[in-house]
Amino acid sequence: MQEGKPLDSRQVNRELLVSILNSPKWFFGAIAVLGFIVLVAMSSAGFMINQGFGVTGLNRPVMWGFFITNFVFWIGISHAGVMLSAILRLSKAEWRRPATRAAEILTVFSLMTAMTMPLIHTGRPWRTVYWIYTLPFVPYDYARGIWPNIRTPLVWDPSAVYTYLTSSILFVLVALIPDFAVLRDRTTGMSHRIYGMLAMGWQGNARQWKLQIIAGVLLSALILPVFVSVHSIVSWDFGMAVSVKSWHSTIFAPYFVVGAVHSGVSAVAFVLIILRYIYGWQNYIRHEHIDALARLLIVVATGWFYFFVMEVVFGFYGREADEIAVRNLQFTISPWNIWMMIFVGMTYFLPVSIWLSKSLRRNLWVMSLACIFVNIGMWLERFLIIVPGLARKQLLTFDWYTYRPSSVEWIIIIGTFALVSMLMLTIARVVPLIPLYDIKEGEILRTEIKIGRVTVPAVFRED
Amino acid sequence: MAKAPILGLFETADHAADAGDALKAAGVSQADYDFLTDTPYPEGAFGEREEPHRIYIFPFVGALIGLTVGIMLTSMTQLAYPLTQGGKPILSLPPMAVVTYESTMLTAIVFTIIGIIFESRLPAFKQGLYDTRITEGYIGVLVNVDEDQLGSTQALLTQAGAIDVVRNDGGSAA
Repeated sequence: MQEGKPLDSRQVNRELLVSILNSPKWFFGAIAVLGFIVLVAMSSAGFMINQGFGVTGLNRPVMWGFFITNFVFWIGISHAGVMLSAILRLSKAEWRRPATRAAEILTVFSLMTAMTMPLIHTGRPWRTVYWIYTLPFVPYDYARGIWPNIRTPLVWDPSAVYTYLTSSILFVLVALIPDFAVLRDRTTGMSHRIYGMLAMGWQGNARQWKLQIIAGVLLSALILPVFVSVHSIVSWDFGMAVSVKSWHSTIFAPYFVVGAVHSGVSAVAFVLIILRYIYGWQNYIRHEHIDALARLLIVVATGWFYFFVMEVVFGFYGREADEIAVRNLQFTISPWNIWMMIFVGMTYFLPVSIWLSKSLRRNLWVMSLACIFVNIGMWLERFLIIVPGLARKQLLTFDWYTYRPSSVEWIIIIGTFALVSMLMLTIARVVPLIPLYDIKEGEILRTEIKIGRVTVPAVFRED
Repeated sequence: MAKAPILGLFETADHAADAGDALKAAGVSQADYDFLTDTPYPEGAFGEREEPHRIYIFPFVGALIGLTVGIMLTSMTQLAYPLTQGGKPILSLPPMAVVTYESTMLTAIVFTIIGIIFESRLPAFKQGLYDTRITEGYIGVLVNVDEDQLGSTQALLTQAGAIDVVRNDGGSAA
């Protein structure tokens, strides 16, 4: 995993800080376009709040639609950060180096975006403050003798998501300290002062580096169990619901976690390809890295497909009338069955067929397409779990209904994608999306070994 | 006599390690010199002393606090607003486990971060002698010596291969 040419420290600084020190011309234009889409989405949310839920396609019994689908989707994307950063760090995988920071930051922004969805979905978002505060700075509504019901997954969920969000932000910030010092040394004026404060007087002595390395490993080990818990608990929002038969499944937690890793790692691969293209980081995000991600994705996708098949098999195996009604809707009634085929094809068969070929894994255009397919598929997966389950929630057929999202919902959903893109671009203007010191460490550990008549690139690894 | 810092800048790890050896041979205590780099080198690359730390205590203390808070929050919440469901006990462990688990992990992680910053001796409000070339790949050997030994230390660092030696009093020599 050392296919690139050797790089020195100055070159690494110059090339990786290009997004901060020499902002490209298109930057403000891109931010303006994305910002406009976000504003339109915010206006739509405002319109919905003003007019009520009647302007959405939500109606009994389908009261969870696009918003909750999108919530689960973005939580899923957030699982890439820890998956790549923690697991690859713990296993000392060399190819993690350019991918970790972007993955961790994507985690933070996708979690933040995910949490806007249930707030919008409440229809009266300002009232959610009563869930936590009754008076300024006084937690919980104890003034009226009401306490949160900790027996419900709807309380477990925010507790897990906010634990994950707080941990991820702190994880990113600690790993950024040495890079803030590099920026402190390369900026002047106000930027210099701000980066100086963020670097906290970092000098890069042996003690600080030792603690920084321990931090990476220790925090990875601590965040991993949180990462597994988050999507498990999100799945329990559904799995614990006895009243919706097709949701009430014990396989949901691992199924959701593996699905989240599948969509998240695909999203990271896509983001890396975009970063390579827009900032010219060919020396850092190399074909070998995308290739490695694709090979990892074959395993993750296959694991996910196994859980998907099991979930369907268990659904049919019980032969309960309301469960069969949901499966009937998903697999035999148009357009749901068409969506189902598109979802399975895009999530598994199409991308895995691509990833099995080395030349296609290393073709960045094809890889981008495969990653987009996976994420369209995974979005559809959540939609096809949530909506058909609710549409066939009732036993009697006259209570069955369907769901058609309104333009307001479409705009808000599109807005969340623009929001994450805008936040990623903005943060690229402020912090390096590839960790400088990690790349430099890779360079000092780089070597070549001669085996017979061939010399192969290699890397030293510390115990 | 008051001590003053002096910083030698080296292009290679070998030269910096040579400087460390020379300082040790000259009787400079290992506590009085340090190696500044822009990337983590393998431990012991410069022959530096081992840095003792207590970082592993922090997550345990944090986890214990989080566990206690989690148990108190979940049990007291249920007792404060008792919801009897199907004759099941008010204090039921499975639902308590989730929130307790999250609070345990959250506090463990927050304490770990505090520990890392504290053990790294950060924030360092007053930055000592430093040179921005360190973040360009040069290796800095920062030495604290008696003021009257600045000249000899400078000569020692230069002899070991320093491309520049920086002093607080402005004395700098290639």
